[in-house]
Amino acid sequence: MNRNASGCMKKDGKDHLVEEIIARHKNSNGALIPVLHEVQDLYGYLPAEAQAKVAKEMNVPISEVFGVISFYSHFALKPKGKFKISICMGTACYVKGAGPILDKLKENLAIGIGETTADGQFTLEECRCLGACGLAPVLTVNGKVYGRLTKDDVTGIIDDCKRDEEEIVQ
Amino acid sequence: MITVTINNKVLKAKEEQTILQIATDNGIYIPTLCHMDGIHDTYSCRICVVEVEGARTLIPSCASKATDGMVINTASDSVLSARRNIINLLLSNGEHNCLACEKSGECSLQKIAYELGIETPAFIMESMDKATVDDSSVMIVRDNRRCILCRRCVTACNDIACNDVLSVGFRGSETTIICDNNIAMGESTCVQCGQCVQACPVGALTNRKSIGKARSWETTHVRTTCAYCGVGCQLDLHMKGDEIVKVTGVEDALPNKGRLCVKGRYGYDFIYSGERLTSPLIKENGIFRKASWDEALDLVASKFKAIIEKDGPDAVGGISCARSINEDSYQMQKLFRAAFKSANIDHCARVCHAPTVAGLITSFGTGGMTNSIGEMANTNMLFVIGSNMTEAHPVAATFVKNGKRNGAKLIVVDPRRHRLADYADEFAQIKVGSDVAFLNGLMNVLITEDLYDKEFVENCCDNWDALKEKVLEYPPKRVSEISGVSEEQIIKIARMLAENKPGMAMYTLGITEHTCGTNNVMSVANLQMVLGNIGKENAGVNPLRGQNNVQGACDMGALPNVYHGYQQVTDPAAKAKFEKAWGVEGLPDKNGLMIPDMISGLKTKEVKGLYIFGENIVGTEPDISHVIECLEAAEFIVCNDIFETETTQYADVVLPAAAWSEDEGTFTNCERRVSLVRKVKDAPGLAMPNWWIFKQIAKRFGQNWEANSGQEIWDNEIAPLAPFFEGITFKKIQGDGIQWPCNCIESPGTQILHLDGNFTRGKGHLMALDWTPPAEVPDTEYPFTLSTGRRLYHYHTRTQTGRAQGLNELLPEEYADISVEDAERLGIEHNEMIIVKSRRGTVTVKAQVSDRIPEGLVWMAMHYFENNCNWLTGRATDTITKTPEYKACAVAIEKIS
Ligand code: SF4
Ligand code: SF4
Ligand code: SF4
Ligand code: FES
Ligand code: FES
Repeated sequence: MNRNASGCMKKDGKDHLVEEIIARHKNSNGALIPVLHEVQDLYGYLPAEAQAKVAKEMNVPISEVFGVISFYSHFALKPKGKFKISICMGTACYVKGAGPILDKLKENLAIGIGETTADGQFTLEECRCLGACGLAPVLTVNGKVYGRLTKDDVTGIIDDCKRDEEEIVQ
Repeated sequence: MITVTINNKVLKAKEEQTILQIATDNGIYIPTLCHMDGIHDTYSCRICVVEVEGARTLIPSCASKATDGMVINTASDSVLSARRNIINLLLSNGEHNCLACEKSGECSLQKIAYELGIETPAFIMESMDKATVDDSSVMIVRDNRRCILCRRCVTACNDIACNDVLSVGFRGSETTIICDNNIAMGESTCVQCGQCVQACPVGALTNRKSIGKARSWETTHVRTTCAYCGVGCQLDLHMKGDEIVKVTGVEDALPNKGRLCVKGRYGYDFIYSGERLTSPLIKENGIFRKASWDEALDLVASKFKAIIEKDGPDAVGGISCARSINEDSYQMQKLFRAAFKSANIDHCARVCHAPTVAGLITSFGTGGMTNSIGEMANTNMLFVIGSNMTEAHPVAATFVKNGKRNGAKLIVVDPRRHRLADYADEFAQIKVGSDVAFLNGLMNVLITEDLYDKEFVENCCDNWDALKEKVLEYPPKRVSEISGVSEEQIIKIARMLAENKPGMAMYTLGITEHTCGTNNVMSVANLQMVLGNIGKENAGVNPLRGQNNVQGACDMGALPNVYHGYQQVTDPAAKAKFEKAWGVEGLPDKNGLMIPDMISGLKTKEVKGLYIFGENIVGTEPDISHVIECLEAAEFIVCNDIFETETTQYADVVLPAAAWSEDEGTFTNCERRVSLVRKVKDAPGLAMPNWWIFKQIAKRFGQNWEANSGQEIWDNEIAPLAPFFEGITFKKIQGDGIQWPCNCIESPGTQILHLDGNFTRGKGHLMALDWTPPAEVPDTEYPFTLSTGRRLYHYHTRTQTGRAQGLNELLPEEYADISVEDAERLGIEHNEMIIVKSRRGTVTVKAQVSDRIPEGLVWMAMHYFENNCNWLTGRATDTITKTPEYKACAVAIEKIS
């Protein structure tokens, strides 16, 4: 690559907002994580252009930015669906059958872990122990907890979401 | 001192040493994987654990300091079992097929597994996602199946080479090494320096060029000096028979400490090219035919004799080679002076650093870098002006970046916001050719704010009053108008320079390739003297020289005014000395012609015969059409070369020469370090060493030169005949090279010149200098400034790099870099073909739209012939050294409709 003459960065409408965020944090140590949080709030995830912008403006290698983003599960590299289904894979849940539930979710939504359905409705994630082992196996939809699940509950939960969506639309 | 016991042996050790260091010092083996000595440790692998009496757990020896009385066991049962567990885990986590692995025999994992008696992994982790092979990079293959996540590559890339490409991504079992934001290496910002490959202890990173070439145990290692730039990196050639199968940097060696760039590591295979010249060639009726050495040499000698007899010795000229060894340049200038009695000998420093030699001799008394490359990592201030270091001197740039990370301030001054500017505390984007004004402006602030080193300018320098008076004519306001740098920034930079001392100034051709090149050099010298930054460690004026041996070619007297060791040809004592030593009479006692005059002289018939050694002047001199016209007008041209070039076409005789690695001799890098270049193979066909060729011609002029190898030439002639080199012998430079001046055999050489302000010329000379604009400035017809140079992946006209596998892929064509503003205004897209034209010529070239280029500037290189920037450049030269103004001429750009 011709690094001294590489083309310039694409600009999008939110560029100046990213700059503002960075400017606010610029002089504090360990600013990268708070900056990434705010940028994620702006876009709903961390698009590659935004990563590059943060790296350039904060003068940190983009590899380091990506290292941080990919280390914390809170950060998203891809756009998230309207409904974030997060299934607990902690020991208790796993032992009590989280595996088959996950399989069923994957089958129904036709996506894998970390992926979002094509219509932008559902994102499937796994997480660590939620501290609700008494209710194992557990999953959350946008933070709302569903417990003592079996794989037969999966279709119902997804339908619930779809119904909510329709209500909002109406 | 402390006492520790390791494996029942009682040992004395220094405080603060780690257990690993003590063990290693005493020949006790502890395996390591992630540890990188002297850099930083990630302490991630734990293979180096040892048992310490009284400690609850095993402790990693690389991370733990020993304490007095410690009792350590490096191979107890629990240690061995812990190690077995680690190796089993590592083997199970990946796919390690030693049969197919390039690293077999040198691999740390394989070695440790073998020592622990592990035959196959104890278990297989089926559940894991399979790691992948990243095959996207031209030079490097990343096989993540073999990666043990030791992170040495990350350290090498970020902390040694400072290229900031690699990092650790994801977490837990998904942890992996990533390039940029997890993109393929070939698409990333990786510059293919291969430092990560050198650091990888296993076969996860390999050099593509080496795959399948040799097993590690079949190779022998030969230390040598890089054939490319003036940094002079030390290479370890991995040889199988007479083939170089791999190159690594010599760890701990000076100057590069194990580091290499893409050209040094991967640019070696041009010597095996099938296009090498293998026989002398004589042109008959416009066509070359093969000839014997005797026939070709007889012809050369008789033609030169005839010209000299008829038109005198001033009618012949010679251009020596800055790529070849010192011994070759010495022989060529000896041929011209002693045999032809001609003063006309020069070489391509004329087109690059002649102003450095002239300027620094005037200012300081010695025309070389005052300090050393390694100091860049330790100084407090790095002032880089007119130097695109990350591309032109990549390994020197790593030390600058190290210095910045070690706390130094970095100031970059350049018309282009090149890569190094990204790391800078202050980047001043000056207008092309405004350097003297800018530097005067800095000194103006230092003087008016009373921030200069009074003691130094008073005690160690002369001409202070004149300088002061001149500089006071350049207040920030005026300088800002000339240079385009804001008044505030000029003041800020001046204060920063004063606050952070000692400081080093680095420059390259952005300073020298101007009509005011020598003045620019002396201005940098002025600034450093005013700051008191001369004659001490981590300071000085440090020109980075372009070619591997351009320092050496100057040192060897391939210049029209000096014998080797800078002994003036006009000095009767020097003349007498060389007449005696060479056994001749009537050595020329005047200064000879410089290259531009030799070339133009062909057309005016003042010069009739030209001997061109290793230079492709058709591609590298300004105004190619003019050069061709002159060469066509010549009566007789001889070339020594290793390939046919655009220039050899115009020769009457072409003599095939031995290349780098086919002859033994020395290169001198920009920090004046004379290092050995070793022979690893014979030259192809009839090709012969250049020094031999010159010697044969001298013989035909009745002179019998005794020395018959690089070593004999250096040890018996070069060293004894010049005080600068007197103490340097081949025997003394078998390992690290020695920096001249080195005037006796006991001397270790000179790291720092002008120590304590004792200048070679007595006092440092402050020159009062005025700013002058470039010769050709933009106007309505040609509204852009063209500035030229070279890029990372190629060297000059590609005679070498164009024949090294992979480098053409990395930079396949010439570009014209233009600004975003101009591109938008003219409706030019990135990668669109455009026309660039000047008063001399026109080229069609691909535009690169870049936010690193300021409005009004076009930047091009000289790597590809058809659209070489030199079709456009002008013949205006530095008033003192006649170095062409490659950095500024006026051009127009046009969209192709
Ligand atoms: S080749 Fe050089 S730049 Fe590329 S990843 Fe390796 S160390 Fe970094
Ligand atoms: S690629 Fe090599 S150096 Fe890098 S982490 Fe993997 S094993 Fe270590
Ligand atoms: S920096 Fe220069 S000397 Fe070092 S490897 Fe690269 S080209 Fe060779
Ligand atoms: S393991 Fe799932 S909530 Fe604790
Ligand atoms: S070598 Fe000591 S922790 Fe890796």
